[in-house]
Parts: sequence; structure tokens; C-alpha cells
Amino acid sequence: MKLTRRTTPVVLATTLALTLTACAQSDRGSGSGSSSGGDTKDTITFGAAGAPELFDPFYATDGETFRVTRQMMEGLVGIKPGTADIEPELATSWEASADGKEWTFKLREGVKFWDGEAFNAAAVCYNFERMFDQNEVAQGGPAGYWADVMGSFKTDAANALYQGCTAKDDMTAVIKILRPTSKFPTALSLDSFSMQSPKALKDGDANNVTKQGEGFGYPAYSKNPVGTGPYKLDKYDEANKTVTLVRNDAYWGEKAKTAKLVFKIIPDESTRRQELEAGSIDGYDLPNPADWKGLKDAGNDVLVRPAFNILYMGLNPAKNPKLKDLKVRQALYYALNREQLVKTQLPEGATVATQFVPETIKGYNKDLQPYAYDKAKAMSLLKEAGAEGMSLTFAYPSEVSRPYMPDPQKIYEALRTDLEAVGIKVNVVTKPWNGGYLDTVDNGGYDAWLLGWTGDYNSPDNFIGTFFGSLKTNDFHTSATSYGAQLSKDLEAADAIVDEGQRTAAYEKLNKTIMEDDLPGLAISHSPPALVVSKKLKGLVASPLTAETFSSVTVSK
Amino acid sequence: MLRFILRRLLQMVGVVVVLSLLVFLWLRSLPGGTVSAILGEKATPARRAALEKALGLDQPLYVQYWQFLKRAVQGQFGSSTGVQPGVDAMQVFVQRFPATLELSFFALLFAIAAGIPLGYMAARRRTSWFDNLSVVGSLIGVAVPVFFLAFLLKYWFAINLHWLPVSGRQDPSLDATRVTGFFVLDGLLTREYDAAWDALKHLILPSLALATIPFAVIFRITRASVLDVMDEDYVRTAESKGLTNKVIRGRHILRNALLPVVTTIGLQTGGLLVGAVLTERVFSWGGIGEAVAVAFTRRDYAVLQVCILMAAITFVVINLLVDIAYAVIDPRVRTR
Repeated sequence: MKLTRRTTPVVLATTLALTLTACAQSDRGSGSGSSSGGDTKDTITFGAAGAPELFDPFYATDGETFRVTRQMMEGLVGIKPGTADIEPELATSWEASADGKEWTFKLREGVKFWDGEAFNAAAVCYNFERMFDQNEVAQGGPAGYWADVMGSFKTDAANALYQGCTAKDDMTAVIKILRPTSKFPTALSLDSFSMQSPKALKDGDANNVTKQGEGFGYPAYSKNPVGTGPYKLDKYDEANKTVTLVRNDAYWGEKAKTAKLVFKIIPDESTRRQELEAGSIDGYDLPNPADWKGLKDAGNDVLVRPAFNILYMGLNPAKNPKLKDLKVRQALYYALNREQLVKTQLPEGATVATQFVPETIKGYNKDLQPYAYDKAKAMSLLKEAGAEGMSLTFAYPSEVSRPYMPDPQKIYEALRTDLEAVGIKVNVVTKPWNGGYLDTVDNGGYDAWLLGWTGDYNSPDNFIGTFFGSLKTNDFHTSATSYGAQLSKDLEAADAIVDEGQRTAAYEKLNKTIMEDDLPGLAISHSPPALVVSKKLKGLVASPLTAETFSSVTVSK
Repeated sequence: MLRFILRRLLQMVGVVVVLSLLVFLWLRSLPGGTVSAILGEKATPARRAALEKALGLDQPLYVQYWQFLKRAVQGQFGSSTGVQPGVDAMQVFVQRFPATLELSFFALLFAIAAGIPLGYMAARRRTSWFDNLSVVGSLIGVAVPVFFLAFLLKYWFAINLHWLPVSGRQDPSLDATRVTGFFVLDGLLTREYDAAWDALKHLILPSLALATIPFAVIFRITRASVLDVMDEDYVRTAESKGLTNKVIRGRHILRNALLPVVTTIGLQTGGLLVGAVLTERVFSWGGIGEAVAVAFTRRDYAVLQVCILMAAITFVVINLLVDIAYAVIDPRVRTR
């Protein structure tokens, strides 16, 4: 065939297309599109706000990753649906020694990992040793929850909370810890401490975290994890931003009711809402409280989680010496009309905080009353302290919405108006959340600021221990106060009480001391975050720890 | 011609090196950072310090930049920390670029397919109601913000009428096979025609939203350019020679009028990359635009560096292509 100038491109294009077609084969499974009979769908589609970081929960610290891995992985200790309390999961029972340093876990019989490996005491100890033995890179960042809970790693074994694991018999594992703590065993319910297949961990070189430029590189295992849960990973289609899980038919417990679970990643919130309205997703997380009513009116269910968080106004006595006077701190507290704030600026179900822990925490003191709104008292306290007309650099973050603080600016404006009403000169400062705000708070750059916390597990130590515990470095700068050292010591002592009843009583007393004698900051409110699902979706139980599981969920056609 | 292309490519290397330094310094001078993005309110000074050390962010800037250059030369650009943590930034770019190209291609197709004919017709019927209407229409196209237009489009065509999907690139339940990353092309290549059709349906709204501004610009330039050319002596000569309308329109008016339009299209392609940031975000389109938006809020230095540099390279290459296209259309450029 003679090629003319005009035909050449056509011939080339055709050849190219044919070549491409030759090597492009459809590898679509024959199973797709097959729908189970009956009146429920075989797929749940849920809108996620971000991409999961990886699928090995041990190296994750973010909710989007845990939302996915929670469906696939289980720990020794689980969480009772709808509460923050722990319940047996892969361990059927546990017991502490008298000194609280040795924990014996009876394991569940007949559990297998997806790869067929048996779950037993050897597997448990392999997992703990694997988590303990991290390289320098993983210690600095990815293994964050271990660092939080256990303090240090094998390279600094003497100071680690974890002191070793032994298999007493095939179905009994014993974990030794350095000192008694309220974190045990409740912290083992954290997703990061899920049990994974020892064989798969070994084969996938699971601990090989590397530094790649200014980020981390993860081993092959993190893309192909093996757990025991009701769902297993089918595929992560990065180009189409969807994660697909399929039912684990060999699951030890009640099998998942729906065969497939798809997480569709939609970063933009209003787009998630539109997807729900169009019926292309069955639900999504953290709808803007301003949308709750509209979503309900449109026939969806807004599932409100019991609040497991705290919004507080931090105070830094090192930056503004006037704040060293308890009377001044109390005056600020009395000046705030929090009833009004909760009613007008926070989602329904939000409550005025009486202390720095939410009600669901063991150690919450029911007898504490909120500092009532009392302008006159605030002004007289300021006068007594000689701080009338004091100025206060009070900051709030922009470009962010947190579960405990849906709209920082509006909350701030309400608080600022209250403070100005008692004659305080407020210097308004704002910075983007990740545009200097967090850094400045940590560097002690503001007199007062808005921040909060969402709990990880049911222990008061996770709240007040974090806030006021480490004397030298905490955000509240309690080292600059007269009570700081004592408070930090008391917190440590309470955490180490072995008997649960005594420990709870000690924390209740501490919460009272913190609020009445110390007042390191002003606890403002607890706000319940929510999920929204279409009326067709049934069986999802909202969890205060955002630990919802989908295995009992069905979606009607 | 070859020497011209080579020289331009060499210039590009210089541009990239200088730009890489500027981007590197600019990103690190921004308040906030990777560490705050990862730790959020859970940041304690101890955790902060440990993470900074682990990421190498505690090193002096010139050391960090030198490390960056050394790795970049070896083809390693560092792991993403926010967009797709653990994945090399260049891989993130390569994986997402087809999505942006696909979207921009269809947007440009819409813009050209509508802009040139409408511009031509408006010019031929100057001051008619059709002309006035299209001028006003194109003004609205420039003036309406992308997110608002996107909202209207989605509200009507996706939520109310259920004709088109709200967002995303493809229905995950199709379980389509991936070959090139261009979903429509993939569907055709693998003969999964339902997948190609579904991908095409997902493309319509975002490309319309993205096309409005380039459409308006192309329309107006075409109109102005045709008006100019219509008054030229050679058109009058052609008419008086008794050439057919078809020849005059095609060879004398349109071909000459298209020169500025081609330049404009080239420039608009750069603009498309900017428009893609907004459009991709509201349509949850997994392309470069969305990656840049996420990377910025999460201070994902590696991804931002790669995306900005690659965007610059793309821009330079497009300009080069435009210049070559110029030479093809206009013989006078070739002889020079």
C-alpha cells in the first residue's frame, strides 16, 4: 500500500489503536453485576471525606483509614456498639494480676485470619512484638498510637509501658506492663492494635517503613493486609477514588449482611450531600450541623453520636501573668454565657461542659455544676484581682471545622462579646488551622485560644492526662502556676491505681479539684458529631468513638 | 525548526530549575506545615519534634533543598504525606494526570466546538439578535464562578432530573479495567462499552463547567478576528473576482481569522489547569487540581512541588505546540 501524506496519520493511528487493543484485555470479574435476590442491595456505598492512608492500621493515625480498617480488623478488646465501653472481641475475657502489671487474655477459639492462619496466643505475641520492634523512622511518625500509649519502643525497652508477651498456652496470652495504668486494657481497643496475620506480616515485610524525601514509604503489606474481620479488602481503585471491601465468608461471628462495602472518596462536603440527594451514596460522615434539619426534611436519618469530645478555651499564664490569679480565670469563666452559646451556635444535643471530660468517661464527676453566667460576679472578681479592663489576646482558627467546634468563628464571636461585656479588652487574632494556628498554640503564642479534643479510648487519662499531665510541655503551661506540679503528680498517681472503683473515685475527685481549685483553662462544651444515612439504610449504630461497623447494615432497594 | 524546538526545550530546563528553588522556598515559608497537618490537635511538643526529625524537616533549608535535588535527579521526588501518603509524589502525579487531561480535553473540545462556529456566525450576522445574545451569553460565561455554575448544573441534571451523575469519574460497581487511566479510552480499548459510556456521562457536567471560560474567550476572539478579516482587501478582491462563498469563507476568512484563535487556545490550555483546581474539587474528580487543593491544605510538600513543576513543564510544552501549530497554519511563519 502506498502511503500518501494524507493517509499516513490515519494508518498510524489505526495501528496504534489496534496495538493498544491487543494488549488491553478486560479483566472484569464475571461476578460483577450479579445481585442477590430479595429486596436488599448487595452493596453499601458510603461517602468518605478523604483517602485512607494505607491499610495497615498500626501505621495510621487518621479517622479515614480507621473507618476502612475497622471493618476488616479486630483487636483483643472491642467496643460495645453505641457506647465507649469495651467488650470482648478476639479475647473472650481478661484478668489483671494484683499489682496490675500482668494481664492474662483468654482467646477466642476457632478464629482464622483470611489467609487461613490460625489465631492463637503465638499470633497475639507475634503482633505485639512486631508493634514493639519499630525502626527509627516508624517511631517518629507512623507508629503514633503505640508511641502515645506505650511511651517508647524496643530501642528504649526499659521505659516502654509494654514489657513483653508470652503464650501461657495455645489460647492464653499474657502481656506484662511496666506499671499499672488506666489505659489497660481499654487502649487495646484502638484500631492500631488490631491483630493481623503473622505469616502475612512476615511475607509482606510489614515493618519496613522508610523515609522517602519528606514523607514515609510503606511496605507492600500495607496495601494487602490480612485480618480476621467480617470484611476483607477487595481493591483500592486510586484512579477512581473508591475502596471496595467484600464479605469474609469464613468470619467466626455473624457474617456481614451485605456482600460488598464501597467507600467513595468525596473531599467536598456539599458534593457528598448532593450525592446522597441523588441516591448514589447511602450515607456520609460529619454532615455540617447547619444541614441536619434539611437532610432530615429530605427524608434521611441523622444519626447523632454521643459526644466524646471537649471544646475548651485554653489559657496561658506564662504569656499573660494576670492569668496566674485564680480569681481572674474564674471571672473569665463567669463572664461566659455558655447556655446561650450551646443553644445558638452548636448542634442539637450539645451540652455545657462542667469539666474537661465528657459524661461517658469513667471518672466523670456528676456532682459538678457548671460555672453559671454571672456578669456581676465576673466584674467583682476582676476588681478584687485588680484586673479590671485587662487585655487578652484571644485567638481562634479559620479554615477548619472540628466535631467539637463546627464553626470556630461564630463560637469565638459569642465568647468575645461576653468577655467584652465585663470590660476585658480582647485582641482578636485568627490564623488558618494549618497555617500557623496549631504551631502558635503549641509555642505558647496566645494568652487564650480555642481548641478541643476527641477521645481515643475510655480513660480520663486520655483527656485530662493529655491536657495537664506532662508538666514541662503541656499547652496550658501549668508549669508557670503554683498548682501545676501537684496536679501533674496527682494525675500520674490516679492513672496508676489498680482497682477500678478506687481509680474512678480518684479521677472524680481530681476533676473537682481541676475545676474548683486549679482551673487551668475553661471547659466550654461537648458537641455530638453525626452521620447521615438514607432511609433505605438500616442497622448502622452511631458510636461515640466514631467506631461504626457495617457488618450488620442492609440497604433496601 | 528542529533547532528552534531544541532551544525551547533547553530553556525549559532552566525554567524548571529556577522554579523548583522558588517553589521549594515558598512552600516552606508558608505558616503551618506537614507536621501540624498530620498531628492536628493531637500535636504535643514531643510528638512534633519526633515527627519533624523523622521527616527530616529539622534540617537547615539548604540541606533539605540539596537532598531534594539529589533525589529528583534520580527520579525520586519523595513520598506524599497528605494526598496519597506513602506513594511517591511523581507516581501520584502520573496516576492523576490522565484524569485532568481527559477533563481538559473534553472541556476544550466543548469550548472549540461551540466557540469557533458561534463566533464566526455572530461576526457574519453582526448586530443581529443572534450576535447580541451570544455576546451577552459569553460575558455570563466569564463572569459566573465555576463553583456556582457547577452547583446549578449538578442540581438540575443530576439531582432533579437524574440524567447525569453528581461527581466522580465512574460508577465503582462497574469494576472497569484500567489501561491508560483515560477512562473513556480504556472502556473502548477493553470493549467494556458500558464503562466507557458511564465515564463519558461522568465527564459531561465537569467539562461543561470547566469549558465556560475558554468558550467565552474563544468565542469573542473568533468573532473579533473574523470581523477584522472580513474588512481586509483580499476578501473584497476575492468577492469581486467572483469566487464562491465557500472558498471565500473557508480559505480567505476563516483560515486567516484562526491565527489569533490558535494562540488564544494555547493560552487557555494553561488557564484550564487553573480552572481544574476548582472544577475537580466540586466534582470530586481525582485529578491534579484536586490533588493540589488537598496537598495545599495538608502541606504535602512533595506533591505540591511535583505538581507545580509538571504544570509549568506542561505549560511550556503547550506553548511550543502552539508555535508549531502556528507554523502549520501560517506559511509566512515557516519561511522565517
